[in-house]
Amino acid sequence: MNWDQLFFLRHEILLSLLIVFELVADLSDSSARQSLVNTTIVLFAGLTVAGFIPLANEASLFGGMYASDDLRILLKNILNVSTLVFLLQSAGWLNQSQNSYKTGSFYLLLFSTLLGMYLMICAGDFIMLYLGLELATIPLTLLAAYDHNLRRSAEAGIKLLMSSAVSSAVMLFGLSLMYGIYGSLHFSEMSQQGAMGGSLGVLALTFFIAGLGFKLSLVPFHLWTADVYEGSPLPVTMYFSVVSKGAALFTLMLVLYRVFGQFTGVWSLLSYALAVLTMLIGNLFALRQKNLKRFMAFSSITQAGFMMLGFVNPEALGMNTIIYFMLIYSFSNLAVFGVLSIIHNRYGKEQIEDLNGFYKTNPGLSLILLLALFSLAGIPPVAGFFGKFFLFTAAASRGLYFLVLIAVLNATISLYYYLLVVKAMFINPNDQPLPAVTLTGAERLALVLCVLGIVVIGFMSSIYGYIQTVVG
Amino acid sequence: MDYAYTLWILTLPVAMFLTIGLSGDRLKSNAAGILGTAGLAVIAALSWFTAFSYFGSGLPESGFQPVIAAQTTWLAFTETLVIHLGILLDPLSVMMLVVITTVSLMVHIYSLGYMHGERGYNRYYAFLSLFTFSMLGLVVATNIFQMYIFWELVGVSSYLLIGFYYEKPSAVAAAKKAFIVTRFADLGFLIGILLLSFNTGTFDFAALNDMSGSAIAQPVTTVFMGLSVSTWAMLLIFMGGAGKSAMFPLHIWLPDAMEGPTPVSALIHAATMVVAGVYLVARLFPVYHFAAPDSLEVIAWVGSFTSLFAAVIACTQLDIKRVLAFSTLSQIGYMMVALGVSGYGDEGVGYMASLFHLFTHAFFKALLFLGAGSVIHAVHSNLMTDMGGLRKYMPLTHLTFLIACLTIAGVPPLSGFFSKDEILVAAFEHNKVIFAVQWFVAGLTAFYMFRLYFNIFWNSDPHYHHTPHESPPTMTGPLLFLAAASVLAGFVPFHDFVTTDGKPLETEFHTLVAVPSVLIGLAGIALAWWMYARKNSRPESVAQTLHGLYSAAFRKFYIDELYLFITHQLIFRFISRPVAWFDRHIVDGTMNLIGNTTVSVSVAIKKMQSGELQWYIWYFTSGVLVLTLILLYLN
Repeated sequence: MNWDQLFFLRHEILLSLLIVFELVADLSDSSARQSLVNTTIVLFAGLTVAGFIPLANEASLFGGMYASDDLRILLKNILNVSTLVFLLQSAGWLNQSQNSYKTGSFYLLLFSTLLGMYLMICAGDFIMLYLGLELATIPLTLLAAYDHNLRRSAEAGIKLLMSSAVSSAVMLFGLSLMYGIYGSLHFSEMSQQGAMGGSLGVLALTFFIAGLGFKLSLVPFHLWTADVYEGSPLPVTMYFSVVSKGAALFTLMLVLYRVFGQFTGVWSLLSYALAVLTMLIGNLFALRQKNLKRFMAFSSITQAGFMMLGFVNPEALGMNTIIYFMLIYSFSNLAVFGVLSIIHNRYGKEQIEDLNGFYKTNPGLSLILLLALFSLAGIPPVAGFFGKFFLFTAAASRGLYFLVLIAVLNATISLYYYLLVVKAMFINPNDQPLPAVTLTGAERLALVLCVLGIVVIGFMSSIYGYIQTVVG
Repeated sequence: MDYAYTLWILTLPVAMFLTIGLSGDRLKSNAAGILGTAGLAVIAALSWFTAFSYFGSGLPESGFQPVIAAQTTWLAFTETLVIHLGILLDPLSVMMLVVITTVSLMVHIYSLGYMHGERGYNRYYAFLSLFTFSMLGLVVATNIFQMYIFWELVGVSSYLLIGFYYEKPSAVAAAKKAFIVTRFADLGFLIGILLLSFNTGTFDFAALNDMSGSAIAQPVTTVFMGLSVSTWAMLLIFMGGAGKSAMFPLHIWLPDAMEGPTPVSALIHAATMVVAGVYLVARLFPVYHFAAPDSLEVIAWVGSFTSLFAAVIACTQLDIKRVLAFSTLSQIGYMMVALGVSGYGDEGVGYMASLFHLFTHAFFKALLFLGAGSVIHAVHSNLMTDMGGLRKYMPLTHLTFLIACLTIAGVPPLSGFFSKDEILVAAFEHNKVIFAVQWFVAGLTAFYMFRLYFNIFWNSDPHYHHTPHESPPTMTGPLLFLAAASVLAGFVPFHDFVTTDGKPLETEFHTLVAVPSVLIGLAGIALAWWMYARKNSRPESVAQTLHGLYSAAFRKFYIDELYLFITHQLIFRFISRPVAWFDRHIVDGTMNLIGNTTVSVSVAIKKMQSGELQWYIWYFTSGVLVLTLILLYLN
């Protein structure tokens, strides 16, 4: 065993240690559990910071099953930052009395999924990727069903389990076809060969994309999204829409750009279709939602459609813009969910109309939500605009102006429903708006981080520049 | 010359917005107003100083050259496509700085009185600062990308200002309409930017407007649907401008936007945001002229049609702010016409005239809006049927309003005469049909403005609940200042400063154009006087004594009645009303239809999301198969 390998695996090893810690803590007596939330946050913050330590990153371990490089480390770090903000925001929910007894197991499952996501990103062959995907999915179904005394939460868990089983089956089918065509599942070996298999290759690729498209909630693989988002506990919904989606996006990106370079014609065309379908359907459904979680479900579907715009450009520009957009989307979505979970924890409200007159009592929170929604809608000068603009440029540089036109139209439609929420807070009259809330330290910190992300990322060109150099 | 201090012009309004906005109720209302106003006074002083040092430093040999006062590289997107943030000073932007800050200062002062005691006074001043910042950022942008950012920010802040009276559902609807319609137009703008920048490899105005740059020297002549790609790009960019400047058919938001507080209308809908489209075309004028002359032709016709269309509608409106809104549309139409018919260099009269009119219009239209606000403040109604005889009660408002009306009607030697005359000259030399339309619109303008004037200040007294009284000095002060500006702005030697190439332009006085245009203006005024000054139950005192002879004679021969018949029965019923109806039901309706269709499609497909797992899986698998089949077919 070469000890250097421990450094390459630092994310995975630290996270595994954290998982063991949670397991032990969960078995210990209840007094220790009281402080478990805070301890976990501190430990995870340590892990996040450790992930940024610059070390040699190029490596291929375990006979090529595990690969590491600067880009993968960056992607894992992005997931870590999102997860850290998520942990800060879910602290309030976990500290509620009815949830406190299951804190340990919550973290145990959560970190297991994160480990799975690391492995998806760092996979060097499809076996590892599939393993990571399952590790990232199965504990999530438990998390979705975490409010087990609520019928809808249980329903969410079952629905996710069943439909993800189908999607895994389709994906595995695609992978086995790949193996039949190439005689190998190693990325490095596959990428060196040209496009093979003819129609069978196209079929295999589509099946594979469908599997990850399911996690990304691309139309037509999205139908689980609304029900699961609505049924799951709010923090889990947040995790779905940001971290889980991010991992799926990054994995898809790495595989398509790095492994299936020979199939660019196929997958950029497929991305075109998926982008149009997803943006359109997501928007049309989002228009009519009254429940905030369902609303955010369709909003996140639409955003996934925008992400697919990057894929129509098979050059490095496409990757740059995808990563940049995901980074901004994470902060914007976390900010929205942060405010929503603050409201939900205090008052148990989750309808849009519950926000009526919210500005009068909570101007600060309303402004943050406004900022985040504008960022999702892509209004300058908040970062979301830059993310979208770059995606549009990526598509436009391929000459796909019609696609850009559809995308910009969809951005305009989405503005309409984001404004509905803004209108509820700032404009709709309400004699008894939700009373003013006092924030806990964790919530405050999380929101500050989100707002910084939303405002700063757009204007710090070094961030985009860094992504550019890492993608190479 | 070091212009680094101009950075303060941008940073101060942001600082004010943050201070006033974040302090909430901790800041006393009066303090917020005074702080905002004082801050803006500093900004205005800085802008004037900039203008004096820029223009006052003497004319260089090669004309006034653009100066980059400050610039930072924000993003290197590809090696050639670099985005900067910076401040560009050239005759155009310096002129805009002066206009925006001056009018904004007047609006700030005026609002101290007008908004006194309103709920959300602090919020109002915070939004005003935000708006001023966005607008200033827009005009000093060094590149089209920076301009777009501020362009959207202008949209956001005007959304907040129009929807200020959020208790009023109509105000809320209007704010949303304004935002969404202009956003819709902006999608053209954005695609235009992408097209332009990808074909030229730059966002910078300096490089785009460079005579040997690729935008002008090598326009993309690939034809797409009958027009070259360059023309498409410039037309799409103009679409964004048409949205903000409310050109037909994207004008529908402007009349509704009158729901906002009146000083806001004076700022946004007279002097600043609505002329952003004119500014945009002027900013890229060399590209338009050399690379896409077809699009200039389109701009001229769109402007001409809008100006006629809006002037006709203005004659039918009863809400005084709506009259002013349509009047604004019509006047911006003039500016667009002038740009559309303009040449370059020595033939750039239209360009100069357009911006000259922008300059004078800002003052007299702001004056009209503020005057209307003063009237509304006194009468508590927007309808001219609730007004009349106000000249006795509000002498200052009356005087300044009269000056503004005379100015817009083009009566010499007021400023409106000079600028409109230049536009007519430019149109006359380029296209006689457009000239004829604009000449006729000049008459209509005088008519509807004086219809407004006579109905407010003359005519009969309705029964006022409270005797109207003159507004406080914080409101009349700006009125007087703007009145002076309206009178004097025409004497600014504009053609020495703001021209297509920075060099002074020789202009001639065309008697053939000036005399008929003054005449038709006077005719319009006279017509308005006939119809509205005396149409009342009072004995024909004032009007009769002044024009007793005339009216007696005309009445005897029933010419008056004939005229009333022609105007009221024929013109109003068969032209103006149908046009107004067309506007409300067809143009507006089409936009609504687009919205409604989206919603109904959304309802129609809701069955897809049934909640039943077996269907989800069915969709999933069939989706995969259909996609595969399509891919196989396409490959």
